[in-house]
Amino acid sequence: MTSIPDLHQQLENLRPGLYRFAQLQLRNECAAEDAVQETLLAVLEKPDSFAGNSSLRTYVTGILKFKIIDHLRSLKKEKQLEIKDDESEDDLIDSLFNANGHVIGTATAWGAPEATLQQKDFFRVLEICLENLPAKTARVFMMREWLELETEEICKELELSTSNLWVVLYRARLRLRECLDLNWFGKVSSGEKI
Amino acid sequence: MSVFIVCKQAHQLISEGLDRPLSLSERTQLKMHLAICRSCTGFDGQMSFLRKAMKKTASEGLPAEADNIGREDSVK
Repeated sequence: MTSIPDLHQQLENLRPGLYRFAQLQLRNECAAEDAVQETLLAVLEKPDSFAGNSSLRTYVTGILKFKIIDHLRSLKKEKQLEIKDDESEDDLIDSLFNANGHVIGTATAWGAPEATLQQKDFFRVLEICLENLPAKTARVFMMREWLELETEEICKELELSTSNLWVVLYRARLRLRECLDLNWFGKVSSGEKI
Repeated sequence: MSVFIVCKQAHQLISEGLDRPLSLSERTQLKMHLAICRSCTGFDGQMSFLRKAMKKTASEGLPAEADNIGREDSVK
């Protein structure tokens, strides 16, 4: 079992990563700071709940997700959740296809996916790509993929129609695909170092 | 409804398949399309990979240090 001062130090070390995780999702510095603070307090209040079966980071991230969901709900009540719709993005989808609906060009093959998932640098690039998503798209995408909420739940929280939600998620994936293509897979396959 | 769909519809179904169960006819259409289309098969693989990568960060969180690469400068 870790001693309390050790735990303090370890949590302090995790703080920057936790903050970025919350900020990517909430896009609100105060709310992100609060969510992290509450998470750390929750861990410190019940240090024995951490059984050490997973890494501390995994354990704390799990708690942080619940705190983020709480904050998303309270932001919604305060009407701070309304982020302007992204600029017309039909082009994003349309530009991939010709008039007959066929793909223009071919998708770059993303080699060695399993090996890629072991590389720390890859996750840094992914994080920056997430950061570069338009705010609303990012929030929706991360509610789905990070907080692993069901689509019905996201629609309810954000007052979106389901078909609208599917399109937002589709666009988010297209943007991330493009960003990863450009900044990771393209560079890896051409042997260029980041 | 035709069994044949074009890439534009296939791409959309691939993404939506990550968010809702596709109907039997949608799955059939997609399967038939993927059998003959390399681009969409590639896209399908990219989407599954993206899901996996997100799942990994969702459970493991982000590393503490993030600034070792040039950030905005190198990523467009």
